[in-house]
Amino acid sequence: MIEFRMPSLGADMEAGTLVEWVKKPGDPVARGDIIAVVDTEKGAIEIEVFDAGVIESTVVEPGAKVPVGTLLAVIRAPGEGPGAPAAGAAASAAAPQPPSAAAPSPAAAIVTRARVSPAARKRAGELQVDVGAIEASGPDGSITVADVERAAARRRAPAAPADRATSMRGAIGAAMARAKREIPHLYLTTTVDLSRSLAWLTAENQRRAVADRLLPVVLFIKAAARACVEVPAVNGFWTESGFTAGAGVHIGCAIALRGGGLVAPALHDVDRKPLDVLARELADLVKRARAGGLRSSEMSDATITVTNLGDLGVESAYAIIHPPQVAILAVGRVVERPWVAEGRIEPRSVVSMSVSADHRATDGREAGLFLAAIDRALQAPESL
Amino acid sequence: MTREAIRDAVVKALTSVAPEIDPSSLTPDGEFRQQVDLDSMDFLNFVIALHASLGVDVPEADYPKLASMNATVNYLAARVGSG
Repeated sequence: MIEFRMPSLGADMEAGTLVEWVKKPGDPVARGDIIAVVDTEKGAIEIEVFDAGVIESTVVEPGAKVPVGTLLAVIRAPGEGPGAPAAGAAASAAAPQPPSAAAPSPAAAIVTRARVSPAARKRAGELQVDVGAIEASGPDGSITVADVERAAARRRAPAAPADRATSMRGAIGAAMARAKREIPHLYLTTTVDLSRSLAWLTAENQRRAVADRLLPVVLFIKAAARACVEVPAVNGFWTESGFTAGAGVHIGCAIALRGGGLVAPALHDVDRKPLDVLARELADLVKRARAGGLRSSEMSDATITVTNLGDLGVESAYAIIHPPQVAILAVGRVVERPWVAEGRIEPRSVVSMSVSADHRATDGREAGLFLAAIDRALQAPESL
Repeated sequence: MTREAIRDAVVKALTSVAPEIDPSSLTPDGEFRQQVDLDSMDFLNFVIALHASLGVDVPEADYPKLASMNATVNYLAARVGSG
């Protein structure tokens, strides 16, 4: 049996609320299938499963908020018979259990000792609320009818926008404070001549249908991915055991949300995808980041992040690394500047690019090589 | 097509990319970029939405001509029906 647990969808996530099961016991699942929807500080995320099999049982009911690592469901692996015992699953089937590494949260502690009045249990049955996931307010930690009704109302009503903005602010603040506290950032900047890229893009977009036009940011992302292949030291993760190179080049794209906050979901395998595909996938990613429907792999897989602040009129920026990644590229506004080329001064479209890198994982040399590789890639846009 | 119908199509395209805007708050000559929070992808989606509803293909070189509501309606009015 395979244990399916609440995934960590970024360094800033400690817990998630199960919104709904997309798959139910008895349903077959394949790797990559969406099995559930979980609400986090960064919105509702579609959770993918990483193992094939058949759902044996679900452990956590919709509405329950559980820590990262909590057993959510048990999946029967191909070839296993139904009802086979799952290591650790049977014991934890009655109530959500935090992972052994994490301290039990107050809510989890309440759940384990909660008592339920008969009236509350009846009301929970009517409202289909899992009593194991309700925070108790009655005498001696007992669950009352009011607790049940509150839990049911919370389940029906998604977080109000103001609450969402506040909790997202808190999550971003916690992750960035940790990054600034723990990561020795080094910063390098270069100015890239974009004349060739923009001329190529203009000609390309003239022959394209409106819906297929390419934005400069797609070139920046692809060039960064190519540079990651050349300089793998900036593409990966720093953990207690040191640096681990990314299994692919998955670019986290910083996307500002309307009303405040941001997310940086990943575009996968950017180095291997043509610009057309990347443009479509980026547009889809931005749409889903703002309207809901991001997937767990997008939230957790990014190996490096790109933030493009040029649209705001920002000329250059120095970004904070998103742990456990080891680098982030900040792109400024495309501007016309006098440029010296072949002994002559002429106006050119240029852009400032800054890389922030984790000095524990890499040095200025690699970060410099990374910027130089991006520059080279943007001088040959037709090969991107 | 009347200017009013074109304006309605512009408002619809704008609210499709920026659902939070209040169309009544848009002044006729105020710049979109100052009145509405549009990045380059939003603007491309705005142009795509206009093409879908009005059939007008706005080349990139003409993007600056779509700076405000009045400018956009004027631009589109001259091209609706003419491809």
